Amino acid sequence: MQFFSYLINGISLGSVYALIALGYTMVYGIAKMLNFAHGDVIMIGSYVVFFTFGTSGMNPVLSILLSMVVCTILGVTVERIAYRPLREAPSLAVLITAIGVSYLLQQVAQLSWKSDPKSFISVVSGSDFLKPLTLFDGQLTISAETIVTIIACVVIMAALMWFVNCTSAGHAMLAVSEDRGAAQLMGVNVNATISLTFAIGSALAAVAGALLCSSYPTLQPTTGAMPGIKAFVAAVFGGIGSIPGAFVGGVLLGIIENLSKAYISTQLSDAIVFLVLIVVLIVKPTGLLGKKVNVKV
Amino acid sequence: MALLEVSNLGIAFGGLQAVAQLDLSIEKGHLYGLIGPNGAGKTTVFNMLTGVYRPTEGNIVLDGKDITGQNPELISRAGVARTFQNIRLFNDMTVLDNVKVGLHNQIKYNMWTGILRLPAYREKEHEMNRQAKKLLKIFDLDGQANLKASQLPYGKQRKLEIARALATNPKLLLLDEPAAGMNPNETEELMQTVRSVRDQFGIAILLIEHDMNFVMGICEEITVLDYGRVIARGDGKAIRNNPKVIAAYLGGD
Repeated sequence: MQFFSYLINGISLGSVYALIALGYTMVYGIAKMLNFAHGDVIMIGSYVVFFTFGTSGMNPVLSILLSMVVCTILGVTVERIAYRPLREAPSLAVLITAIGVSYLLQQVAQLSWKSDPKSFISVVSGSDFLKPLTLFDGQLTISAETIVTIIACVVIMAALMWFVNCTSAGHAMLAVSEDRGAAQLMGVNVNATISLTFAIGSALAAVAGALLCSSYPTLQPTTGAMPGIKAFVAAVFGGIGSIPGAFVGGVLLGIIENLSKAYISTQLSDAIVFLVLIVVLIVKPTGLLGKKVNVKV
Repeated sequence: MALLEVSNLGIAFGGLQAVAQLDLSIEKGHLYGLIGPNGAGKTTVFNMLTGVYRPTEGNIVLDGKDITGQNPELISRAGVARTFQNIRLFNDMTVLDNVKVGLHNQIKYNMWTGILRLPAYREKEHEMNRQAKKLLKIFDLDGQANLKASQLPYGKQRKLEIARALATNPKLLLLDEPAAGMNPNETEELMQTVRSVRDQFGIAILLIEHDMNFVMGICEEITVLDYGRVIARGDGKAIRNNPKVIAAYLGGD
């Protein structure tokens, strides 16, 4: 029973990683850049929820929606100001800029809200119908946070797959991701498509932030950094650029992390996560669901 | 006034003048050929016409509107579509979806309409599918609509590229070596297709091609480029007997 409890918590943590990884993988697939500031968007989103729901007692759903709006505006603005001027620049320049933006957001958060950890109130607390689920005569208890996280992740994932594969804007995204030049010559507005990608990724980051801080309730300006890096690992693990890959990568990573915390060592769990990444990349360099690129000679 | 008026068009890459003093006049409903030896600047002309390159001199006027140096997306909306020398389909998307990307600006619905799956979304998606299938039928690709583009045989990929370009509802269609790599039967079939596209859609077509039978057999007017400059212009017969053209292709004095 203990094992199932670890497993389910792992899936829940993994679902959060998956939501964050979607932001990395979509931006990479479509804009061909690694947005290392993505983790810090999560942190900003969590602060929005903290202040509106935790401090001012706003309705949790409204609070998360507000946080999504703030993060969307933030993500699109950052892309417009910092990344768009570098569209034709070498990828290293964009990467360094993204790291710069990441530090900027962290420092701004630190100046605005101080660096002391805030204790985050779970967004599902105080709810009448979201209760912990007890199974097997009390041997297995699943927290409400865990259930909400897993369900939210599955629903968002399904909606996103549908959006990308079945709508015109989604097709434009796929087209830009495969061949930006050809897409532009077919009349696809590349800048608008990239903005939309950042908007979706950032809105998902807001949801991920609220869920993450509900399960691990401390919030400080560096809160987004580690989950951000791990979600990036998850995206690479699953095959960067692939949406189902981000899902699979995120969930597997969460499970591995939680099980190694439980059975191997709490201190070593992060090291194990990164070790798994190294092994996967040696065996399958394009990630689990990544495309095999055959270069014709 | 002609559909496309190109005057004194030129582009230099650093010190290299790739194309100079190009004049071109294209009428609605006609078929034009652009030929020349390798490296003559033919694809560079296409790249300027579609906004991939910004010309360093001259003007491009489409249907009375100056489109010189605009970005490819705006030029596509203004009514110029193209195919590529090396096929550039969206390989991981289905044949149908490739055409639907081309229809993207023709049939629009708001993103929220899509997300909320409002009736307008279903209606427009339905209309898009209908138009896309109609185009596929013209190119005899309707049976393969749900295959991935990369699964099509080479000749069909070339056709799909043309179908996708037509989906953008162009006034002018640019075909960059449409018959490259095709066998004589496929080339013959392609000639029929190109002619019927011109007749059915009433658009102007400008094509680059190395297969002389193809060009001579289909184009009403041919422009010959060499070292980025026009060396001859006229119908197939005039071009065939032009000593400058013969010299450019075969060498000579």
